[in-house]
Amino acid sequence: MPTNFFKTRNWYRFSRNPLSITGAVIVIVVVFLAVFAPYVTPYPDHSGAALDFANMNNPPDSKNFFGTDGMGRDVFTRVIYGYRVSLLLGIVVLSLAVPIGVGLGLIAGYYGGRVEIVLMRITDVFLAIPALVLAMAIMGFLEPTLINAMLAVSVMWWPWTTRLVYNLTRSIKTEDYVVASKVVGASDSHIILFEILPNCLPTILTKMTLDMGFVILVAASLSFLGLGVQPPTPDLASMVADGSQYLPDQWWLSVFPGIAILIVVLGFNLLGDGLRDMLDVEM
Amino acid sequence: MPLTKYFFNRIWASIFVLFGVSVLIFLIARAIPGDPARMALGPRASTEMVEQLRERLHLNDSIPVQYYHFLRGVTEGDLGMSLYTKRPVVQDLAEYFPATFELVFFAGLIMVIVGIPLGILSARHQDRLTDNVARIIALLGVVTPTFVWAIFFMLIFAYVFDILPVMGRLGETVEPPPHITGMYVFDSILAGQWHTCKDALLHMIMPAAALALSGLGQAARLTRTNMLESFGRPYTEMARAYNFTEVQTSMKYALRPAMIPTLTILGLDFAVMLGNAFLVEEVFAWGGLAQYCVSAIFYKDLNGIVGTVLVISMFFLLVNMVIDLVVAYLNPRIRLG
Repeated sequence: MPTNFFKTRNWYRFSRNPLSITGAVIVIVVVFLAVFAPYVTPYPDHSGAALDFANMNNPPDSKNFFGTDGMGRDVFTRVIYGYRVSLLLGIVVLSLAVPIGVGLGLIAGYYGGRVEIVLMRITDVFLAIPALVLAMAIMGFLEPTLINAMLAVSVMWWPWTTRLVYNLTRSIKTEDYVVASKVVGASDSHIILFEILPNCLPTILTKMTLDMGFVILVAASLSFLGLGVQPPTPDLASMVADGSQYLPDQWWLSVFPGIAILIVVLGFNLLGDGLRDMLDVEM
Repeated sequence: MPLTKYFFNRIWASIFVLFGVSVLIFLIARAIPGDPARMALGPRASTEMVEQLRERLHLNDSIPVQYYHFLRGVTEGDLGMSLYTKRPVVQDLAEYFPATFELVFFAGLIMVIVGIPLGILSARHQDRLTDNVARIIALLGVVTPTFVWAIFFMLIFAYVFDILPVMGRLGETVEPPPHITGMYVFDSILAGQWHTCKDALLHMIMPAAALALSGLGQAARLTRTNMLESFGRPYTEMARAYNFTEVQTSMKYALRPAMIPTLTILGLDFAVMLGNAFLVEEVFAWGGLAQYCVSAIFYKDLNGIVGTVLVISMFFLLVNMVIDLVVAYLNPRIRLG
C-alpha cells in the first residue's frame, strides 16, 4: 500500500467530501447486499428459474417493492442477486486485466526501445477498435456465457491500464531516487518492483476503483445485446432488455434493474473520484 | 508545408493501425474452435460440400496464407460473403452503415452544440448554479448505461407524454426518400420531401439525445477545465487589459486554446459513442450496423462480424484524423511547424 493511503490528513480530506462518502456508502451497501443476498432478500428462491403463476406481473407494492416479472418472481430479489453477478464479473475482469496491463506498462515504460515500440503499437491497435465493439466481436466467436463475457471484457480492458502505467513509468523513471538506485547497482527487476511500482500504486488503485464501475457498465452493455449471462441467472442488463419488451405497461421490469446499474456505477465512480483527490493522483 | 507533412504522417500512422486491426480481428476469428465452413453450411451438408467450401475459402492453407487472401480481398473491396444475408458483406455494410452514421452524426452534433457552450457557461459561472447543473449532467451521463437512458426517454417522451415516435427511423405511413446517401434526413432534403424530413428528424431526437448524453457531460467538463486553465494565462489577462469585453475575451482568446486538448480527448471518447450506438439502435429498432452485427453474431457469420469491426474502426480512425486536422489548424505550433 502506498504510504499516503495511511495518512490521517488524507482520510480527513476524503471524509470532508460528501460525494466521496456517498460513493463509499453506496459501494459498501451494494457489496453487503450482494454478499448476504440469501438473507436480505424476501424470496431467495426467485433468483433462479422459479415460477409463481398467482403473482405474475404484479406492479410494485408493499410485498414486492419492485413488482414481479412474467414468471411471478420478485424483481427486488433478482436485482440484489444481479448485483452478485455484476460484482463478481467486475472483480474477475480486473484481476485478469490489471496485472497484465500493469506488467506490460512497466516493461514498455522502463525498457523503452524496441520493446516499447512493439508493445505500445499493439496497444494502439486494441485501442483503435471501440471497446464495446471489440468485446462484441469476441463474444461473436465464443458462446455467450458469463466466463466468456469476462474474458471478452478483459481482452479489451488491459490496453487502457498498459497505457496509463506506461506513461507513469516513463515519468517516474527519470526521478532522482530511481537514478540513484541505478547508480548504486540495483537490478532492473528491483527498480521496477520496488522503486517504480510502489509509486504507481495510488494511481492504479484509483483507476481500479473507477474501472470497477465501467467494467460493470460495459459488461451490462454486452448482456443487454444478449451476448452475456444467460437466463435463468439473474443479470441486471438482461432484465432491462427483457423488460423493455413490455413497456410501457410493465415499466418496473426494466426501470428498477436499470436504476440498479446506475447506482452501483455511480457508487464506484464517486468513490474513485474521492480516492483520486485523497491520494492526489493525476490521471 | 508543415501541415501537409503532419497530415501525411497521421495518415500513415492510421493505415498502420488499421493494418494491425485487420490482423487482430483476423486472428481472433481464426482462433475460435469449430469449422467456419461447417458452420456456414449447417449440420446436414455433406462432407464433400464442406470440403469444397473449405477449399474455396482457403481454409486448408496456413494462417499467414489465409491472411494474405483475406488482405488481398480487403484491398479489392471484397470482404467475402455474409453467411447471414447470403450477400457480399460489402453490400450489406453499404446498406446498414448510413443509418448508423446518421445517428452518430446527429448525436455528435448535439454533444458539441450543447456540451461545449455548457462548458463555457460553467467556466464563466464557476461553482454557481449552471456549473453544478452541468456537473450533475456530466456525472449522470457517464454512470448511466446508454440503453437505460434510451429506455427512460422512450418511456417518458413516447409513452407518457406521447410527443415523439416510439421507434424506427420513419413512421409506418411515410415512404422512405429516394436512395442517395442512405441517410433519411439528408436524402429527404436532397429530394425536397420536407414532410419526410420532418418525420425522420422527429424519429432522430430520442436516439441521438440518448447517445449524446454520456459524451455531452464529458465535453462540458473538459471545456470547463481547459477554459479555466486559459483564463489564468497571461494572454487572457492581456486581452482584458486591452479592454476587450468579457465575451470577446472568452470566445476569442480563451476558447481557442481550450479547444485543443478538449477536442483531442473527445476524439478518443468517440469510440465509446460508436459502441453505445449499438445499444441505442437495439432499443429503438434502428436497423443499422448494430442490427446487422448482432444478427451476424447469432448466425456465427464470421465475415459479417469482421467486416463490421473493420468498418467501425476505419470510421473511428477517420474521425480522429479529421479532429487532428482541426486541432492542427487551431494550434499554431503544429500548423506553422
